Amino acid sequence: MTREFTIDPITRLEGHGKIQIFLNDAGEVDRAYLQVPELRGFEKFAEGRRAEDMPQITSRICGVCPTAHHMASTKALDDLYKVEAPASAKKIRELIYSTFFVEDHALHFFFLGGPDFIVGPTAPKAERNILGVLGKVGLEIGKEVIGLRKQLRELISLAGGKVIHPVFGLPGGVSRPLKAEDIEKFKAGAAHAVEFGKFCLKVFGDIVLANAAYVDMITSDAYTHRTYYMGMVDAGNKVNFYDGDIRVVDPEGREYVKFSGGDYLGHVAEHVEPWSYMKFCYLKNVGWKGFSEGGESGIYSVAPLARLNVSDGMATPVAQEAYEQFFSTLGGKPVHHTLANHWARVIELVYAAERMAELASDPEIASPDVRTIPTATPKEGVGVVEAPRGTLFHHYATNERGLITKANLIVATQGNAARTAMSVDKAARSMIKGGEIDEGMLNQVEMAFRAYDPCHGCATHTLPGQMPLIVEVRDAGGELVSELRRD
Amino acid sequence: MSKPKVAFYWCASCGGCEEAVVDLAEDVLTVVDAVDIAFWPVALDFKRSDVEAMADGELAATFINGAIRSSEQEEMAELLRRKSQTVVAFGSCAHTGGIPGLANLYTIESILDRVYRDTPSTVNEEGTLPQAETTVPEGILTLPVMDATVRTLDQAIEVDYYLPGCPPPVDLIRAAVMALVEGKLPAKGAVLAPDVALCDECPRAATKPEKLLLKGFKRPQEILIDVETCLLAQGLLCLGPATRSGCGAPCISGNMPCTGCMGPTSRVVDYGAKALSALASLLDSNDEDEIVDMVERVVDPVGTFYRYSLPASLMHRRVEPAGQPGGGPSA
Repeated sequence: MTREFTIDPITRLEGHGKIQIFLNDAGEVDRAYLQVPELRGFEKFAEGRRAEDMPQITSRICGVCPTAHHMASTKALDDLYKVEAPASAKKIRELIYSTFFVEDHALHFFFLGGPDFIVGPTAPKAERNILGVLGKVGLEIGKEVIGLRKQLRELISLAGGKVIHPVFGLPGGVSRPLKAEDIEKFKAGAAHAVEFGKFCLKVFGDIVLANAAYVDMITSDAYTHRTYYMGMVDAGNKVNFYDGDIRVVDPEGREYVKFSGGDYLGHVAEHVEPWSYMKFCYLKNVGWKGFSEGGESGIYSVAPLARLNVSDGMATPVAQEAYEQFFSTLGGKPVHHTLANHWARVIELVYAAERMAELASDPEIASPDVRTIPTATPKEGVGVVEAPRGTLFHHYATNERGLITKANLIVATQGNAARTAMSVDKAARSMIKGGEIDEGMLNQVEMAFRAYDPCHGCATHTLPGQMPLIVEVRDAGGELVSELRRD
Repeated sequence: MSKPKVAFYWCASCGGCEEAVVDLAEDVLTVVDAVDIAFWPVALDFKRSDVEAMADGELAATFINGAIRSSEQEEMAELLRRKSQTVVAFGSCAHTGGIPGLANLYTIESILDRVYRDTPSTVNEEGTLPQAETTVPEGILTLPVMDATVRTLDQAIEVDYYLPGCPPPVDLIRAAVMALVEGKLPAKGAVLAPDVALCDECPRAATKPEKLLLKGFKRPQEILIDVETCLLAQGLLCLGPATRSGCGAPCISGNMPCTGCMGPTSRVVDYGAKALSALASLLDSNDEDEIVDMVERVVDPVGTFYRYSLPASLMHRRVEPAGQPGGGPSA
């Protein structure tokens, strides 16, 4: 007899991500499945649209990370029209993008993932939320987080029109130069963000690293997978979110391949399963070997931990120091512990803040020359950026009038889809024994997938707040034999 | 007196409307003070059964964002309708269908075929598609089935008010909540935004010529866009004349044209037809060939004029020509 659990992390009726756990007769986990039950079909209805509308159309894939889609799309337009944006425009784009990264990573650290560590994985559910985080770090800090988020989102609006669905991206540049007074606001915001980033590092150190039980949990086998990693690096192999080559390291940490975004089809492939609307990415030249880890399996991982693993360091000083501590504490490269994503995310937040400060102070950022008018006939273009949740690919083909004939989008969360599915399965097997389940176990299963900051199909709406869990235990006949609600 | 109970819910949407509410909550604690949030799955831990347990009409108001694309979404919208005195369609997708509504240009089959079989990075030799029910060695896994078309909220349930925008501007959200609390809502069916065109509140209004005539439209990548001058006067397809105001013109501040997310004013039945006629009237020619040439420069009329409103339009969807499954680009 097989028993069946359903964990629906959003609500049972509308789950944009659903975990289904099957138990065998002995009450051990047979297999846990992570399903994504939604598709909106952007790749199809992009056909016929004007290429220059794609940055604004594709931002609607996700209202939490619209800036990432907007940026990948804008870079795809550069490539489509074979046009080089002026250096000043690239810097404005990267400034906006760095600002977005600080804001997005801060949101996750404090509101979504933070409760697991700052409050504690086994703390009562009623405390394991943003209010519990504030209880631990102080209400003043809560106001600080909210204030910084507001400040940074206003900056994105100043430079990009709107923060939710910005409008600045054009092939060959940005829609307008920065005003002098806006640059001053960016400088102030950057200084604020750098201090905030240092504070986040301190919070992580004081609360997580100083607690041996937490460190043991991070490094435990239940949360460990030996996979390939993918991320964008600059010419010096330092982490970069806006531009560079894509570097992949193998499970031993050796460079497996480095390629430019335009060559992605030679390296990245997607696998389809009938039980999920999300496709699973893998390395084409290693191949799809099912949901398995190791060097023989093409499954790779993206996002903060992956980016640190593929790079040789961070391009800014405070982040570099934290990067060194990260690998020395966790036993050198590569780090295979999924929960280390939380720490890596804070290190990236610091880098984004420091990069923001560098760019805001760069004299070229004030240049009125922010556009190169494209002259080539458009045909095909690829744009790649690092979204907060991983490497994001936009690929368009057009007719000679610049109307999309084909679009291919590989969203960041897909890069982690296979590994996330394995993490959920492994955590379920580790936590659930002999048919006994309790709330703490379920939270620890959920933690395995929350560490990736998943945004399923970029549509899971993983926003601040407590994710309800509902577990149903059914017998082979489908009868409900017991029910556990975490509410 | 107890505080009025308010609910927020999402259907097929991107999460941007939820972010807009979060942006509101940051600086308007008065709103949070004035109402009791009884259901908001994205941020607070309530369940469908909590809603089911409520008396009919117990919720003073429910704000629903996103379009309707599955039976689950429709059922939830119907449930919330029963429990709510007032339902507000929140944001472009609920109001007029939104950008995901452009999926109505294609059949569900052609969408699935493109995504799971045809994209160049997909390796799927067996042609597997997501299934409503899949038997795996351990049991059966199920997925919701998508409806044939995307619908607006008022094509699924009765809607009392509309908050337009992608996402709705924070000022309008705040005003709507306060109007609700104070019992100062306008007549049923109203769009909770100023009933004038964006041009009326545009910061560049002074630079719009009294009589604007154009020899055709330009695309934004073709010109250096001046940051002060009316975008229409620069030849860009700005939908300000046909679009409702209330957004504060953030796209114009970003130096890009209005794309029409706020939808039409109250005097307009079909937004896209209105936008098309408003802009066509600007074309300065009596020569038929020249006019054809000008019109052909508008290369994607559906995506331009119906970007946020195809499901709400008189067309609702594109009927695919016989023998052309999936159809081709609309232009």
